[in-house]
This record gives sequence, C-alpha cells and structure tokens, in this order.
Amino acid sequence: MPTKIEKDTLSGQETTGHEWDGLKELNTPLPKWWLWTFYATIVFGLVWMVIYPSLPFWRGTSGWIAREAIVEEVRAAEARHAPMMARLREATPAAIQADDEMRGFALAGGRIAFANNCAACHGAGGQGAVGGFPSLADDEWIWGGSLEEIQHTIRHGIRANESDEQRMSMMPRFGADGLLTSAQINDVAEHVLSLTGRATDTAAAGRGATIFAEQCASCHGERGEGNREFGAPRLNDQIWLYGEGRRAIASYIHNPRMGVMPSWQGRLDPAVVNMLTVYVQSLGRVN
Amino acid sequence: MFAWLRDHGIIERNVILMGVLTLITVSIGGLVQIVPLFAAETTIERVSGVRPYTPLELRGRDIYIREGCYVCHSQMIRPFRDELERYGHFSLAAESMYDHPFQWGSKRTGPDLARVGGRYSDDWQAAHLRSPRALVPASVMPPYAFLDRPLDVSDIQGRMRALRAVGVPYTDEMIQNARADLVAQATPDSDPAAFQGRYARARQAAFDGNPAVVTEMDALVAYLQMLGTLVDFRDVTPEQLRQP
Repeated sequence: MPTKIEKDTLSGQETTGHEWDGLKELNTPLPKWWLWTFYATIVFGLVWMVIYPSLPFWRGTSGWIAREAIVEEVRAAEARHAPMMARLREATPAAIQADDEMRGFALAGGRIAFANNCAACHGAGGQGAVGGFPSLADDEWIWGGSLEEIQHTIRHGIRANESDEQRMSMMPRFGADGLLTSAQINDVAEHVLSLTGRATDTAAAGRGATIFAEQCASCHGERGEGNREFGAPRLNDQIWLYGEGRRAIASYIHNPRMGVMPSWQGRLDPAVVNMLTVYVQSLGRVN
Repeated sequence: MFAWLRDHGIIERNVILMGVLTLITVSIGGLVQIVPLFAAETTIERVSGVRPYTPLELRGRDIYIREGCYVCHSQMIRPFRDELERYGHFSLAAESMYDHPFQWGSKRTGPDLARVGGRYSDDWQAAHLRSPRALVPASVMPPYAFLDRPLDVSDIQGRMRALRAVGVPYTDEMIQNARADLVAQATPDSDPAAFQGRYARARQAAFDGNPAVVTEMDALVAYLQMLGTLVDFRDVTPEQLRQP
C-alpha cells in the first residue's frame, strides 16, 4: 500500500496517503479548538480528582464531603426559621390560631407539610377518597374537629400501633365472625339507608331497626348520629367512607375495614404537627 | 506538536504492538471498574438495625423487580436539602447492603421510595396499587390489581440460599422456617415469638386486608412498608455516618 502523503489538487487538502485502486482518502483532522477543549477536560478531570473525594482511598485535598456539607446547609436553613418554629412548638394550636403572625406562618407551612405527608391519602385539597380515606374538607370529623382533637389524632395516629395514646376502636366483623346472618345484615343495611330516607324495602328496614338498636347504636348512636369518642362515623348523612348503596354497606357490616393512620409525632417536628393542626382545621368547617 | 499522534499507521501495521496496546487500554478500563469494588466494604456505615429481608419482604422485593417498579421509582435520597425536606434522611450504603441487586434506580417518574415505609397505611398501599388514580387523580402509574393472586412460595428457600451465597447472613434456621415465617408475617393472629426472634421488629399484618390467603399484594406491601424503617436515625451519630 503506497503511503505517500500528497496535496489533493482539487480541494487543496492533504491526503492520508492511503490509496485503494486509485481512490485516495482526504485527511480531515479534528478542528484544533475541539481537540484542545478535549484535552482541557482531561486536565480538569484530573484536577477535580485531586481536590474532591474521588477514589475509595482518597478524601481529596479540599476536605469537602457531601454529607457534612448538607448537614451544614440544613442547619443554616433551620436557623433562619428557628425563632418562629420555637414559638410554634411551644404554643397551643389555639394560641397559634389567635395570633395573626403565627397563624399565617402555620397555614403556609402546614400546606406544604400536608402536601408532602397527608395528601396521598386525604387528597391534595383534603377531599379524601373512597375506600376509607376521609375527606377533611367537610364538616364531619370522625375523631373530632377541635384543634386539640385534630392535634391528638395527628400526633398519635389511628390504629397504627405506633403510640400508646392512639385513636383506637374496633367494629365487630358481624358477618365474617357469624354474629349476624346475611339476611340480618341486609336488614341492617336497609335500616342504615332509611336513616337518610333512601330505604326501598320498609319491612326489611323495620327488622333492621331492632338489630341496629341492639348491635350498632351503642357506637353509632340511636339515629346514626355517630360518636367521635369511638371514631364511629355518622351514618345519617351523605358521607360514605367505603362507598354508598346497600351492597357497600352490607359488605362493610360483614367484614369492616377500619381506617389506619400513622402516628406522626416521631416523624415530624412538634412545630410541624401544630402547623398541620391549624391547616387541617382550616380545610373543613368546624361544627 | 501532536504529529506523532497522527502516525497510528505504525500500530495498524504491527499486530503484536496493536495487541499489546489494546490489552493495556482494556486493562485500564477494567481496573477503573473493578478496583473500587475492593473498597466497597469501607463505604458501609456502622449503623445498627439493618437486617436481611423476611421471606415475605424478599418475595415482595422480587415482585418489585419483576414489575419494573425501579424504572419509575428510585430508592436513593441524595444529600440535597430539597430531598431531605421531602423524603427524610439521606440514604445510607448500609441500608442496601443486603440488596442484590440494589434498587437505587436512576429515574423518578414517581416519587422516591427509600423511606416510604410506614408513611401510609397498608390499606392505602393496597388500594393505591390496585387503582392509583382512585387515590391520586394526577397519577400516571399503571394499576396492579392482578397482584391479588396467591403468592408462589415454592422456591422461597432457594431464593434465600442464592442470596446467602452472595453474602446475605441468612441462617440455616431462617431458611428452614422460611415458609412458616412467610405465612406468619401475613397472618396477624399467628404467634409472633418465633418469627420475631428471627427477624427483629418485623411487622405482622394482613397487608392486603385479607388474612386468609397470602397474595403477591401481601408481599409487595410488606416490602414497601419496611423500606427505610430499619435504621433509627434518632440514635445515629455523625461519626457512625462517616465512610472511613
């Protein structure tokens, strides 16, 4: 193979010297600026390796460590909020509610904490979801809607077995444990519908009323008005946690699925719990 | 100055020289990848609480991998302030030391799951897997309602032995009792003593709401509910977090 480098007469460019059956290849080197940038990145990489912790045995000459830097950054950010957070930590939710400055801070901070921790179950605006995720944007508060009650629920959770002071109650599994027959369960479901005037079978609703008075009224109230002490929801309104209609109600009586909420006191700063308390109450209506 | 770089014809015309230089180049590439592995042990922080997965959690993790959850969810909270504020303490190497392979992931279409454990109720996890949009209207996650089918537990011991071969400290006792432990964790009424003795602080529950059958849903929810819960960061000192 001849390797004579020559100048191409047409383009004025050098050839590589390679020739195949009379075909010659032009030599087009990389642009100088590209080549020098490339070498510069190599040098930059080497310098970087020396300054920062780049190898398993090398901590770098700067002493910078991501984990320590972030601790500093978070500490500085917390220091900026510290005076207000200290006030929110010490104050009762009622005192926060009464103080304009604290209330404004709590509503803004509570909104963000809610989006991060609560919205998955209770919805972005607290609207809840069918399947046992209660709406916080209405006037029904299963475990109570006063600031103290909301704070207690957030702190200790519901049936999560994470706190000794948790909200706790159990509805019997009337069908699954054989306490009531399916005919009786259907009667009770009919009676529950009758509480909002929607029963279609008055005879069944009548039979169900007797069973309801014996089995259900102690927690849910004689007229289904609910009892916040036991977290027994109101049954005489249009709010249904697990879906409405006779089938959904009967299936719930057969095998209840009671809601569980984590305890947040170990997960969140007490100041954040207080901010959430004020924010959550602002979503709904207190009655 | 770099004229000699253009003279690669010398290499191209000498097969031995080309072979030797190729070997050197490939070796450098190999060493860069292999040598740090010898120091991998030194990156594991000396925190307490990390234990191997229970058999049920292990099957849940296998389902997590089978369904490609890692494609959209990471399990790696990076040391940035926004991530710390949203997800909690940054992830430690120690927290995935029994993961083979680890599930750090590389893309977040959904949120990070490194500390999702205990954040929501079992009911929420199961309902959300069955129908994500019923709970989060803006979600683009596909539904996984088909996970409500019985879990295949026939090969659980083989799976544990395979992990033991790569360094997960499963004892003979754990492997022998794998099936019993698996059922015990998904059955809240069973006697916890033996199971808890083998897997400290593992939670027992009817994860999918039905204690009668152990389903794939049970396994996946059990796995999700323990993510990031093993290390108690209230007890961790900065010295323990140093990677020597």
